[in-house]
Amino acid sequence: VSLLSREEASALTQRVLGMSRAEAARVTVTGALEANTRFAASDISTSGDAADVGVTVRSSFGRRSAVASTNILTDEGLRRAVEMSERLARLAPEDREAMPELDPPAYREVPAFFAATASLDPARRADAAVAVIEPARRAGMQAAGFLSLAARATAVANHRGLFAYHRSTAFAFTTTVRTADGTGSGWAGTAHNDWGRARPAELGATAIRKAELSRNPVAIEPGRYTVILEPTAVANLLQLLVGAMNARAADEGRSFFAKRGGGNKIGEQVVDQRVTIVSDPWDPDLLAAPFAGDGLPNRRVVWIESGVVRNLNYDRFWAQRQGVEPTGGGAGFGFGGGGFGGAGVKMSGADASLEDLIRATERGVLVTRFWYIRGLDPRTILYTGLTRDGTFLIENGRITRAVKNMRFNESPVTMLNNVEMLGRPVRVSASESGDIGGAIVVPPVKARDFNFQSISDAV
Amino acid sequence: VARVAAQQARANRRAARRPVVLAPAEPVRDGRWAAPMRVDPFTVPVEDKVDLLLRANAAARQVRGARFVSSNMVFLKDERTYANTDGTFTVQLLVRSQPSLSVTAVASDNSDFQSRDSDEIQPRGVGYEHVLDADLVGRAPQWAEQAVEKLSARSVDPGRYDLVLDPTHLWLTIHESIGHPTELDRALGYEANYAGTSFLAPPQEVIGRFRYGPEFMNIQADRRQEGALATTGWDDEGVPADQWLLVRDGIFRDYQTTREQAGWISELTGVTRSHGCSYAQTWADVQFQRMPNVSLLPGERDLTAEDLIAATERGIYIKGRGAYSIDQQRYNFQFGGQVFYEIRNGRLAGMLKDVTYQARTPEFWNSMDLIGGARSYFLGGSFGDGKGQPGQSNAVSHGCPPARFRGVNVINTGRQR
Repeated sequence: VSLLSREEASALTQRVLGMSRAEAARVTVTGALEANTRFAASDISTSGDAADVGVTVRSSFGRRSAVASTNILTDEGLRRAVEMSERLARLAPEDREAMPELDPPAYREVPAFFAATASLDPARRADAAVAVIEPARRAGMQAAGFLSLAARATAVANHRGLFAYHRSTAFAFTTTVRTADGTGSGWAGTAHNDWGRARPAELGATAIRKAELSRNPVAIEPGRYTVILEPTAVANLLQLLVGAMNARAADEGRSFFAKRGGGNKIGEQVVDQRVTIVSDPWDPDLLAAPFAGDGLPNRRVVWIESGVVRNLNYDRFWAQRQGVEPTGGGAGFGFGGGGFGGAGVKMSGADASLEDLIRATERGVLVTRFWYIRGLDPRTILYTGLTRDGTFLIENGRITRAVKNMRFNESPVTMLNNVEMLGRPVRVSASESGDIGGAIVVPPVKARDFNFQSISDAV
Repeated sequence: VARVAAQQARANRRAARRPVVLAPAEPVRDGRWAAPMRVDPFTVPVEDKVDLLLRANAAARQVRGARFVSSNMVFLKDERTYANTDGTFTVQLLVRSQPSLSVTAVASDNSDFQSRDSDEIQPRGVGYEHVLDADLVGRAPQWAEQAVEKLSARSVDPGRYDLVLDPTHLWLTIHESIGHPTELDRALGYEANYAGTSFLAPPQEVIGRFRYGPEFMNIQADRRQEGALATTGWDDEGVPADQWLLVRDGIFRDYQTTREQAGWISELTGVTRSHGCSYAQTWADVQFQRMPNVSLLPGERDLTAEDLIAATERGIYIKGRGAYSIDQQRYNFQFGGQVFYEIRNGRLAGMLKDVTYQARTPEFWNSMDLIGGARSYFLGGSFGDGKGQPGQSNAVSHGCPPARFRGVNVINTGRQR
């Protein structure tokens, strides 16, 4: 099975558009080859390969629209989907916010496809798992982990002649190593488009070291601590902030970015001036999608510049209503973002290593990653969640002991206001599930007064 | 496809220390099962569905201050054909229906906004009749009024309170703090890299020994419960739907199992067959252990939420689900709700907001001292419960009566800015 090519995608979209009797039509085709290998209790536990091609048709009559999807690619299967979308569209109420289909724009390709990722077979996936399992076994520990791979081709075409095609690969590799007595647990993970950048044995070594170091943690009093958040922990929180940057919610008063009395916070300083956050599909560290789901080209967007809000996420309707340019697929997190169509997120940093941040800290807590993050108050982007798989006390510039995990109740806005030091940005796997998420590049952050609410006995 | 699967099995053998041994299951030659469905949602004209939703939205907007309303209905019809080399062949039709509505009120100066979701209506494993019974239009104004009322509700004073948890809320607490820790794969480390492990481990130290809660606490796992989301004829390994107690008389008795797992604890439980908890989200996912319907059985006394409130001097009555977060071994949790009422001297004394309670699972369940009777039993549930890598979604129901918990730590999430 091979990935849907540009020619195949073009032929398929033309076939579908040729069946359309609607006033306007758009077809999206996604071809995906997905593969994974899991390991747990130091065994490979399950693995899978799945190949699928999905077609989604959007039909419009005036301001009435509807979509239907199928993965049956026979003429009959495609015709059924086209007819279903047309039937539903005629029944749909008029959408006062409907936007016309786009005229063909110019696209700039993103070189996001890597053969090293697309060709990784079960035997080489097993090699990667064994590169973690064996050293963990030798250390008397139990390894669990997940390697997820995807090669995807996405095409969008409409009745006005628009045609966009993008192919990409991505992987996420994460591992959790636990000590035999169950008192220590360490995690490491990474994600990128190019498997050639993966270093399974190094990740395993990091997780093993953290598991060993995290044995027999002691409880410290919950409260406000200086924290050093490793890049994964920073990304866990940062994606909540960019996910909340929806312009409409702000303009309508249902967001942190709403301004009291009306309007939004564009132009206001909301975080420390060392913080700049951008989306840029062409950035070699991000290699995200060049267009959004409706075919609108993505572009480089500066969300926050030197602490000041420069942009919010505008879809085409809201952008037109407010007289600004739409932002395409946005950052790829939160409202309508999540995965394909997002343009990635990159946060600025400084020329310092994680070790430099630790050395510069008199007393603080080092956090590997966060878990079970849930929203508490959208007015302040307040979230709760817990530390996990490597939480350590830093005293006088070095790690002195493992501490019990803690629950935080904190906002990424507050954390980014309390920045003391930044390190060098890196690409991370920031989805709690270890699945392939949006591309995100962040630095380690040292921040003061991070609010830990309670202690957890979980290891 | 078969060649790729075999190639994978060979590649993975390299790191296999424990061979897979499946517990026996009688072959089912030609099994047929269908969820109970009076009206097929896919035969109801979309005009009728849209009309109902728009009328519900309009009814909510009638309430002054209700600025944003959204409503939707979600249906799933899943025809599942399963065959294995034991000779089993089953064809089943699963059905799920969920109507819902959410209303947001915004303060006139944009200084606050509050939402209320229709949590009195829960997803079910039945047909469109569930939507008709839900009466979204009739109930929308009340949810809208409560969203507006939340704007001016008193922000809670943090401290210890007795909590009366309505079944529209308590079902999710059961899901998180009992449903997940009693999964055997978690307890043995098979989900360590994502969902986590379990405080209920190792099995030989907790089965028949661990006190989960008071004597009157009985937790039933059940894949046969009529109209529930995880109800089925056979699981995704061809095992018949089962019903068993996870907790009996307050003591932990058994886990959730699949055919591979049953033998791992059979010497401890005396159960040699799978409890039938295997499930795959779709054809493209590997089946593995997923949660059956897990419910708190009602008490012997015929008590209602009103009776529990009347018996409470100083407490908070919580309805509906809010933010739920729990650690990876299911000890420390922090749960919120939709609406909160102060209880003073046995009566509701006005609405509160910014309420979240935080506890440790064993202490929390052992603080339960009152539960409602059969008349107050209510079936809640989740359309999308995540587990596994790659992540898979499972639908599961949880029934319970209202219950009271003593001296639980309540924090204020509105003041933590």
